[in-house]
Amino acid sequence: MAVAAIKEYVGVPRDLVANFNGKQLVYASWDRHLLFAAPFLLCVPPEMPFGELVNGPLSMLVQADPDAAAIDWSTVEWLKANQPWTPDFSLSLAANGIGHKAQLRFRTAGVNTLSAKA
Amino acid sequence: MDMKVAKKKLGTKEKYRLMTRDLGWETTYQTKEDVFPYVGYEGIKIHDWDKWEDPFRLTMDSYWKYQAEKERKFYAIIDAHAQNNGHLNLTDARYLSALKIFLQAISPGEYAAHKGFARVGREFPGVGTQVACQMQAIDEIRHAQTQIHAMSNYNRYYNGFHAFADTRDRIWYTSVARSFFDDSMSAGPFEFMIAIGFSFEYVLTNLLFVPFMSGAAYNGDMATVTFGFSAQSDEARHMTLGLECIKFMLEQDPDNLPIVQEWIDKWFWRGFRVLGLVSTMMDYMLPKRVMSWREAWEIYGVENGGALFKDLARYGIKPPKGWDDAEKAIDHMSHQFMLGLYQWSFGTAFHSWIPSEDDMDWLSAKYPETFDKYYRPRWKHIKKLADAGTPFKNYGLAKLCQTCQLPCVFTEPDDPTLTCHRETVYKDETYHFCSDGCQHIFEHEPEKYVQAWLPMPQLFQDPIQGDLGEWMKWVSLIDGKDNGDYAGSEDQKNFETWRGMATSNQ
Repeated sequence: MAVAAIKEYVGVPRDLVANFNGKQLVYASWDRHLLFAAPFLLCVPPEMPFGELVNGPLSMLVQADPDAAAIDWSTVEWLKANQPWTPDFSLSLAANGIGHKAQLRFRTAGVNTLSAKA
Repeated sequence: MDMKVAKKKLGTKEKYRLMTRDLGWETTYQTKEDVFPYVGYEGIKIHDWDKWEDPFRLTMDSYWKYQAEKERKFYAIIDAHAQNNGHLNLTDARYLSALKIFLQAISPGEYAAHKGFARVGREFPGVGTQVACQMQAIDEIRHAQTQIHAMSNYNRYYNGFHAFADTRDRIWYTSVARSFFDDSMSAGPFEFMIAIGFSFEYVLTNLLFVPFMSGAAYNGDMATVTFGFSAQSDEARHMTLGLECIKFMLEQDPDNLPIVQEWIDKWFWRGFRVLGLVSTMMDYMLPKRVMSWREAWEIYGVENGGALFKDLARYGIKPPKGWDDAEKAIDHMSHQFMLGLYQWSFGTAFHSWIPSEDDMDWLSAKYPETFDKYYRPRWKHIKKLADAGTPFKNYGLAKLCQTCQLPCVFTEPDDPTLTCHRETVYKDETYHFCSDGCQHIFEHEPEKYVQAWLPMPQLFQDPIQGDLGEWMKWVSLIDGKDNGDYAGSEDQKNFETWRGMATSNQ
C-alpha cells in the first residue's frame, strides 16, 4: 500500500493544474547561479509562447545577477526534467511539452561571476 | 485508652503501582481490538505490555506538585522581567528575529506534540505507557503556554509577534515545522513515538533547545532563559520516554527492527530539515553568538548522536540513512538558508539583514572551507546592490519540496555550486524534492504526501490568485512593519530610542 492506513486510503493532490484557473506552474533555474536561493516558481498560461516566458518573467527575475546581461539565449543549454532538451522559442509552452510543474534548467557555460569552482 | 495510630504512608513503589498500573483492567464486553483499534496496523508486534519500564515512576499527584512549584517560580520571573523593561537588556533587537521564528514555528509544535501525546496515550493498550504519554501531553501544552506567555511581553513593543497563530498556519517558512508535526500526528501511535518521542526529543532536541536557550542567555533574554529552566526537567523525562519506547519495541519482537529503522531514517531527515531554521538563528541571527551551527553539530550531533547509535547497535539499529548527506550539508545549510530568508524578506514576519564585515569575518573563521569560497561573494554582491539603492528582492518566489516543504535552497551533497534537483512522477503528477532523503520519504508513502499544502503554489490558487498584497493580509503580515531588512525597520528605531532613554540623558 502507498500509505500506512487502517483501510484503503486515496489522497487528493492539492496542486492539480485544474486549481490554477487556466494557468500552470513552471519552475526555472539558472545552473550555478546561486544568488537566487531556489528555483523560480512561475504561474503562466500554457498558451504562452516559450520565447515570451524567457524574454518576459524569466529575464526580469535574473536581472540581479551580474551575469544577466551576458546571457545569450540562442546559445544556452536547456534541461527539462533534468534531461537535455531543445526548446522552440516560437511555440507555446504546451507545444514545447512543458507540462504543469515542469522543471526547466538552463546553463551558460563559462559565465559564472559569483560562483566558485566546485 | 485508645491510641490513635497514624496510618502508614504508602511507599513510592506501592503508590506507583496503585496509581498507574492498577488503573488498567481487562475488557469483558468489548474486544481489546475494538478498544485499541490503531495499535496493530503499523505492523509493530507487542507481546507483553507489562514489560514496559517507566524509569521515573512518577504519579499524577506528585507531578502536579512539581509542576505547580515550577509555574510559580516561572511567572514570578516573567512578571519581574516585564515590570523592569527587561527587553532593553537585550544585546540588540536583531536578536528578536530568532525569537519570532521560534514563536511562529516551534512553540506551535509544542502544542501539536501535546495533541499527539494525548492521542497516543489513548491508543496504546499498556497502562504504564498511557500514563507516561498523558503526562507528556500535559507537559507539552504547558510548554506552549509558558513560551507564548514569556514572549508575549515583547509583543507590546516590537513587530512580528502579533499574529503567530496565522503565521504558523499560513506563511511559508513555518510549514517545515508544521508539516513535520502534522506528518507525525497523522501516523500511527508507534511511528508517532519514534518521530516525536525518539527522533525529536532524543536525537534532535539538544540541537534545537540548548543552543537556543544559551543564545537567549548570551543575548540578555531572561524571559526565554527562565522558560528553558522550567522545561528542562520535563525534557529529561521526555528523552527517557523516547528511549524506553524504542528499546521496548525492539525487545518485543525481532520483526519490529526493519520498521523502526525505516522510521528512524525518515524522522532523522525530517528533523534535520527543521534544523535548517535553527542553523540560521545560530550563525546569523544572534547578535552575540554562542557557537556556530557546525560546532553545535559536532557536540550534539556527532558526539552525542554517535554514542546513542553505538548503544542501539546491539539491537541491530544502524545510524540514520541520511547521516552522511547531513554531514556534507553542515558547512553550507545556514548560509544557503539565510540567503533565501534575506531575498524573500518581503514575505517574512521577522527581519533579516546583510551580515556586517565583522559578522562575515566570524563566519569565515567558523567555516574556513566554505564561507569565503562560496558565500561571501554573494553577500558582497547583495551589499553592493543595497548600497546602490536597489536592494535585492527575489520576487520569483520559490519551488518548495513536496516532503519537507522548505524552498529548494540546498545543493548537491557533493557539489555546493549546483542546486539539488530531484523529481518523480506519481499517478501522472510531477513532484519535486530538495534532496534524496525527502524523495525517499515521499516514495515510501506517496498517497500521504501528494496532499501536502504547499504555501507557494497555494498563493496562486483561489482565493489569493497570486496577489501579494492580498496574501499579506491573509497571513496577517503588516507590510513595512513586520517584514523586510532590519536596517531602517521600526524595531531598530524603537529599540535604539528606548535604550538611549534608559542609558543616557538625551
